[in-house]
Amino acid sequence: MNIHEYQAKEIFRKYNVPVPNGGVAFSAEEALSVAKTLDSSVFVVKAQIHAGGRGKAGGVKIAKNLDEVTLYANEILGKTLVTHQTGPAGKTVGRLLVEEGIDIARELYMGIVLDRQTGQFVFMVSEEGGMEIEKVASESPEKIIKEWIEPGLGLQAFQARKLAYALGLEGVQVREAVKFMFALWDAFNASDASLVEINPLVVTGGGHVMALDAKMNFDDNALYRHADILEYRDLSEEEPSEVEASSYNLNYIKLDGNVGCMVNGAGLAMGTMDIIKLYGGEPANFLDVGGVANPDTVSNGFRIIMSDSNVKAVLINIFGGIVRCDRVAMGIILALEKVKVNVPIVVRLAGTNAEEGARLLANSDIDFIVATSLADAAEKVTAAIKE
Amino acid sequence: MILVNNNTKLVVQGITGSEGSFHTEQMLEYGTKVVAGVTPGKGGQTTDTGVPIFNTVQESKDKAQANTSVIFVPPPFAADAIMEAVDAELDLVICITEGIPTADMVKVHAYMAGKKTRMVGPNCPGVISPGAGKIGIMPGFIHQQGKVGVISRSGTLTYEAVHQLSSRGIGQSTCIGIGGDPIIGSNFIDLLNLFNEDDGTDAVVMIGEIGGTAEEEAAEWAQKNFTKPIVAFIAGTTAPPGRRMGHAGAIISGGKGTAADKIAALKAAGIAVSESPAGIGELMEKILKK
Repeated sequence: MNIHEYQAKEIFRKYNVPVPNGGVAFSAEEALSVAKTLDSSVFVVKAQIHAGGRGKAGGVKIAKNLDEVTLYANEILGKTLVTHQTGPAGKTVGRLLVEEGIDIARELYMGIVLDRQTGQFVFMVSEEGGMEIEKVASESPEKIIKEWIEPGLGLQAFQARKLAYALGLEGVQVREAVKFMFALWDAFNASDASLVEINPLVVTGGGHVMALDAKMNFDDNALYRHADILEYRDLSEEEPSEVEASSYNLNYIKLDGNVGCMVNGAGLAMGTMDIIKLYGGEPANFLDVGGVANPDTVSNGFRIIMSDSNVKAVLINIFGGIVRCDRVAMGIILALEKVKVNVPIVVRLAGTNAEEGARLLANSDIDFIVATSLADAAEKVTAAIKE
Repeated sequence: MILVNNNTKLVVQGITGSEGSFHTEQMLEYGTKVVAGVTPGKGGQTTDTGVPIFNTVQESKDKAQANTSVIFVPPPFAADAIMEAVDAELDLVICITEGIPTADMVKVHAYMAGKKTRMVGPNCPGVISPGAGKIGIMPGFIHQQGKVGVISRSGTLTYEAVHQLSSRGIGQSTCIGIGGDPIIGSNFIDLLNLFNEDDGTDAVVMIGEIGGTAEEEAAEWAQKNFTKPIVAFIAGTTAPPGRRMGHAGAIISGGKGTAADKIAALKAAGIAVSESPAGIGELMEKILKK
């Protein structure tokens, strides 16, 4: 799960990770009243969307007085920002973060992620702050310094010192940075985060270490034990059809193509998308209906697939293991009594009771195109699009 | 065959849950030797299928000679269940449970270091050695005894590949679903290593997907060390970056973990890669005929 920068900073404050003073605003009036509470002559107005690259897209403005706060708040709110992370459609700004301006001496980078190779969390820092860290990682990986966290022990002081010195910090800044890193590790660890990124981490003109930006992602599997973090979920940042799908416990991701697909299992669902493309089509979605393809899940699946007006044909690919294909076929037939689908439907059933399933489909009143193999299904569904 | 054979004696952790009891029945039907179940508080009872239940894994080992465990315990308690099996020094623990928090698996991973037990999964369909035993949730009847090993990060996509093999008369030695999570017990290299030593395996199908770099590492390792032919498929060529494709570990992040990178690495290592998920069996057939 993703959250906004201002929410991440709320969590940071709770764990004593230093951040600039500021607050969230949903309107220009609120932006002004937040600014008035700040003891500062310069303010930063930042668009709050779940994507990076906001500055370049015009989503971050420096206001030199309160009138400018109102001006920029009006300008940014409601604006659609297109960044390298939003996709071409962009994201509309509904919330702002208004903060005191900070005098910046140095811009650094700090992050914590899971290292899948070692099975440990890894602390990363770089002097190349403010840059796209992916770029630094691929072009000059030696500029990213890492310390792996021993599970059970957590971050150790010597590790934090090594990282602080690697950042070129001196004197009292080292002590401050070590304290900062312990606080950040606490915030990360206590909230079951999957990623935290501070870009930039700054050294202020006064020589203090501070998180100017804050990004946090959370492990979806651990949200059951973090009701407080679940409250940070902003549904307006998510694709409406994906939100609806998640309410049915379906795993759906909307894509740009025109062949809708409904598959059991994530790997097979990806494989089905891939084979559609191989046969000259474009998948409209990823949809894993899981192990229980009953009439309810199938009809909900249809509803979501058909809410995308680009869909010109649907491919259902079910490999029956524990779930029996004749039951799945009954589910499909019953679902189509509830949901109107006016595009060709190609069905491929394999595994347990596949033949009985195919017979049920063939004998029903609905015009299914029955496929005998995965390749046959891909061929038939791409042919159906072209007709 | 590897991991599961005629000496396998299985304990089912979470045997009284709905998943656990259903699949215990399925496994017994396949002929797997299920010698015990564990549900804390229900020790002394017996399941409807006649399997004795114990309170602890250690008891199941001491009293029923269990040497392998399969876990159907819900996600909040699964990490603990894995560690209990490791503590009892079973040979193998296979965790089917999907949705275990990553932080829990980081701890399990550290706990297992230097211990005797091997883990497969979590978030996997399990392990089957056709004819000898089925441990997990895969449909047994699609498999055939034979000499091709299968290692996969997926569930139903593995069934698809196995179906393609069996329908061409190509049987399997052992099929392993290694799991779709970012932290797993056994990776491609661990299992390729076992298949390398196994006289009952002539070739291996390897099914990867987007996310992480396990396939790249396996390709590099296999080029130097693996003596048998491999047929590979990577799912997710069409997956968009930054989106988790169902499995917790299936995500392209920071430009890393794309299908294109993995396919390139496999090809560079001289491994045959099937472009289509429908072409895995055909490609293996061609390679075996050479």
